[in-house]
Amino acid sequence: MEGFTPVSGLVGGLLIGLAVVLFLLLNGRLAGISGILGGLLVPAEDTDGRGWRAAFVGGLLLGAAAYALAAGGIAVRVEAALPVLVVAGLLVGFGSRLGSGCTSGHGLCGIARLSRRSVAATAVFFGVAAATVFIVRHAL
Amino acid sequence: MAASGAVRVLVALLSGALFGLGLAVLGMMNPAKVIGFLDFAGKWDPTLAFVMGGALLVCVPAFRLILKRPRPVLASGFALPSESALDARLLGGAALFGVGWGLSGFCPGPAVAALVPALATGITPVLVFFAAMISGMIAHKWLFERPDRGVEAGPARGTEGRVT
Repeated sequence: MEGFTPVSGLVGGLLIGLAVVLFLLLNGRLAGISGILGGLLVPAEDTDGRGWRAAFVGGLLLGAAAYALAAGGIAVRVEAALPVLVVAGLLVGFGSRLGSGCTSGHGLCGIARLSRRSVAATAVFFGVAAATVFIVRHAL
Repeated sequence: MAASGAVRVLVALLSGALFGLGLAVLGMMNPAKVIGFLDFAGKWDPTLAFVMGGALLVCVPAFRLILKRPRPVLASGFALPSESALDARLLGGAALFGVGWGLSGFCPGPAVAALVPALATGITPVLVFFAAMISGMIAHKWLFERPDRGVEAGPARGTEGRVT
């Protein structure tokens, strides 16, 4: 299941690229998921942005559901134990907001804009994630 | 602007759907696949490099053209981050995020989209991760984003200037 899949990777990447480009061209915004989610949470300060934020998140779910219906399901294999997932979730949520971006906002939109901050942030989170995987899988 | 406000919501829905479809097609909702990409010392799966390649192939030239426009099609201006400093908050946040991403194989977009298979077939770990991630975001909000605290005072503050 988790073998090398370059064609679906490329097609998926093109679809995501198209989504990000449409969002910038039409709405003038960067499709960074952690920022879109963050703006929906309490305490909310940007109440007039809630409609489009909720619509984007709803769209994410719809797109995944459409694929699941067409393909007969979506593979999800989680290896980490539940306590590890709690710690990881807290770190992903807190860290992506503290660093003003995640894989989509920095890794995709920011790099596409050639933003110095996003290039640096992406280098850091990729490096740290690879080091974490190395420690968990090969050193512990 | 009321009419174009409704259209902007529709555009957000469509963009989100394309994004979610892309994540599903490439298998990003599967943490085992993501960890396979991050595991350079193991059986490295380079798929995600093709994802980034495909996405940037579209985005880099398109962004250049789009940002030459005076404004987007449906809004009065572009909402782009204005900060430029490589500060501790940016790099520290990225490092914390990297640890969480490496431990779990989930980043925010796939964690949201994976709620679909999780709720359909009862995959508890996805729900646990999602709840923790939202809690982490709320914790950040309470610590750093409360207007009455004034921690991030200044013109660059707020969701308008944030990337992801």
